[in-house]
Amino acid sequence: MIEMQDLWKTYKNGSDALRGINVKIDRNEFVYIVGPSGAGKSSFMKLIYREERPTKGHIFVNGFNLEKLKQRKIPYLRRVIGVIFQDFRLLPRLTVYENIAFAMEVIEAPKRQIRKRTLEVLEQVRLKDKADSLPSQLSGGEQQRVAIARAIVNSPAVIVADEPTGNLDPETSWGIMKLMEEINFRGTTIVMATHNRDIVNTMRKRVIAIEKGQIVRDEARGEYGYED
Amino acid sequence: MRISTSLRHLREGSKSLIRNGWMTFASVSAISISLFILGIFLLLTLNVNYLADQIESQVEIRVYLEVNTPQSQIDTLQSTIAAIPEVSKVEFVSKEEGLKFLREKLGESGKSLLEGFEGDNNPLNDSFTVEVTDPHQVAVAAGKISALNDGKDTKPIYKVNYGQGTVETLFKITHVIRNVGLVLVACLALTAMFLISNTIKLTIHAREREISIMKLVGATNGFIRWPFFVEGVLLGVIGSVIPVVLLLYGYRELTGASQVELSLLMMKMKPFDEVSQIVSTLLISIGIVIGVWGTIISVRKFLRV
Ligand SMILES: Nc1ncnc2c1ncn2[C@@H]1O[C@H](COP(=O)(O)OP(=O)(O)O)[C@@H](O)[C@H]1O
Ligand SMILES: [Mg+2]
Repeated sequence: MIEMQDLWKTYKNGSDALRGINVKIDRNEFVYIVGPSGAGKSSFMKLIYREERPTKGHIFVNGFNLEKLKQRKIPYLRRVIGVIFQDFRLLPRLTVYENIAFAMEVIEAPKRQIRKRTLEVLEQVRLKDKADSLPSQLSGGEQQRVAIARAIVNSPAVIVADEPTGNLDPETSWGIMKLMEEINFRGTTIVMATHNRDIVNTMRKRVIAIEKGQIVRDEARGEYGYED
Repeated sequence: MRISTSLRHLREGSKSLIRNGWMTFASVSAISISLFILGIFLLLTLNVNYLADQIESQVEIRVYLEVNTPQSQIDTLQSTIAAIPEVSKVEFVSKEEGLKFLREKLGESGKSLLEGFEGDNNPLNDSFTVEVTDPHQVAVAAGKISALNDGKDTKPIYKVNYGQGTVETLFKITHVIRNVGLVLVACLALTAMFLISNTIKLTIHAREREISIMKLVGATNGFIRWPFFVEGVLLGVIGSVIPVVLLLYGYRELTGASQVELSLLMMKMKPFDEVSQIVSTLLISIGIVIGVWGTIISVRKFLRV
C-alpha cells in the first residue's frame, strides 16, 4: 500500500525533516506515527499525499510511483487518499451536508450518487441530524467527524490523519478513535500521527516512532513510549 | 463536462464577481475606458477610410490636349495612355461635351456665364478622362502621361490634372490615426489586463482555503480554473458592452445630426449598420481576450504547486 525506500526530505531552508526513511505499510493496516515535535511526522504524511516532493529516495502509494507522478496526475493520487487534520479545515459558509458533498462534486461525481453517498457517510459518522448546520454551530468533535466524513466520502484506499485528536478533549477523542477503527475495519488503511499517549497505549496498533527524521522504533502492537 | 458541473462553474464565477465588488468595478471600468478610447479611434479610422474611399472613387486624371492636335495623334495618344499599366480606363471628352458637362454642373445660375461659347468660340480644350486601377497610383500614372510629351515636336498634351496633394494628405491622416490609436490602445489594454489579473488574484485569495481543500480531495486544475475563467470572461463582456452601447448610441446621434451638413460636401459618414457590427464584434472580442488573459496569468502561477 505505502512503501518508502531511503526517503529524504530537505526543505528549501536547509532543514532535514526526513533522513533516510525505510518503511512498508500494508493494505488494511492501522499505523500510529509518534515522536516529539519537529521529528518529521507531518513531513512523513505530506510526502504520502504529495503535498511535498521527496528530495531523494523512492515512495510508492497504492500503486502510484510518486517520483514519476506527473503534476496533472496528482489529483488522481489524492482521490485514493483521505486527509484529516488537527484543525478540521471545513468550509465555513457551507453546511455539514455541503461540506461533505463538496468533495464529490469537485471530482465530478454524478449528482444522484453524491446524494446517496453523502447521506450514507453522514449516517456512518452519526451526524444525520446535523446535516443542515453550519460548522460554527458544531462542537469540535462534531466538526472533526464532518472532516472524517469528507475524507471517506470518495472511498479512499488510505486515510492519512495528522493529529486528528490534537484539538479535542479526551472523551471526544475516544469517539473519533472509535470511528477511525470502524473505518479501518471496513478495509481502509490508516496512517495517523499522534501525541496522544492514552490512545496509543489503549487502542493497540503498529507504532512507528520518528526522531530527528529517522525511524527509531517500529513495533506491531507497540507503545507510545514518551513521557510528554 | 456535465451540465451540473458547467452550471457550478458559472455560478461560482458570477458569485465571485459580486463578492469582490470594488475590484470588479475597477476592472470593468479599466476595460470600459480602454475599449471606449479604442472605439473612438476605431470609428475615426473607419470613417477616414470611408471618406478616403469616397474621395478616391472620385479621383481621376484630366489630360487636357493642346488645341489643334490632329485627330490621328489624339487616337494614338488614347491607345498609348490606355496601355499604361496603372490605367484602367481612358475616355475622350471633346470640348463640345466638356461644355455640356459644365452647363449641367453649373445649372441655371451658370447659364449666362456660358453664353456665347458655342462652336468656334468654345474656350475649352479637348481632353481625356483617365481612371486608374489603384487610387494610390494616381500620381505615378499622371507622371507617365505627362512624360508622353517628351521628345515630340508638336506636344499633344497641354496639362495633366489630378487634385495633386489632397489625396496624399488624406492617406497620411489615416495612417497617423491608425498608429496613434494602436499604441494608445495597447497601453490601455495592458493596464486593464493588470487590473483584471489583480482582481482575479484577490478572488483566488478569498477562496484559498476552498481551493486547497479542492486540491486535497483530488479536483483537477482544470476544474479549479474554470470559475476564474468564467469570471474573466464576464469581466471582459461587461467591460466591453458598456462602451459599445455608449459609442453606438453616440454614433447614431452624430450621423443623424451631421447628415445635412456632410451631404453638402458630397460626403457621408459610414452607415450605422456597418459600423455597429464591426465595433461590437471587435470590442467585445477584445474585451473577452483581455479578461481571459488577465485570468490566465494570475491563475497559472497559483496552481503550480
Ligand atoms: N515547510 C517547511 N519549510 C521548512 N522547514 C519545515 C517545513 N515544514 C517542516 N519543517 C521543518 O522540518 C522539521 C520537521 O517538521 P514536521 O514534519 O512538521 O514535524 P512534526 O510534525 O513531527 O512536528 C522541523 O524541523 C520543521 O521545522
Ligand atoms: Mg506535525
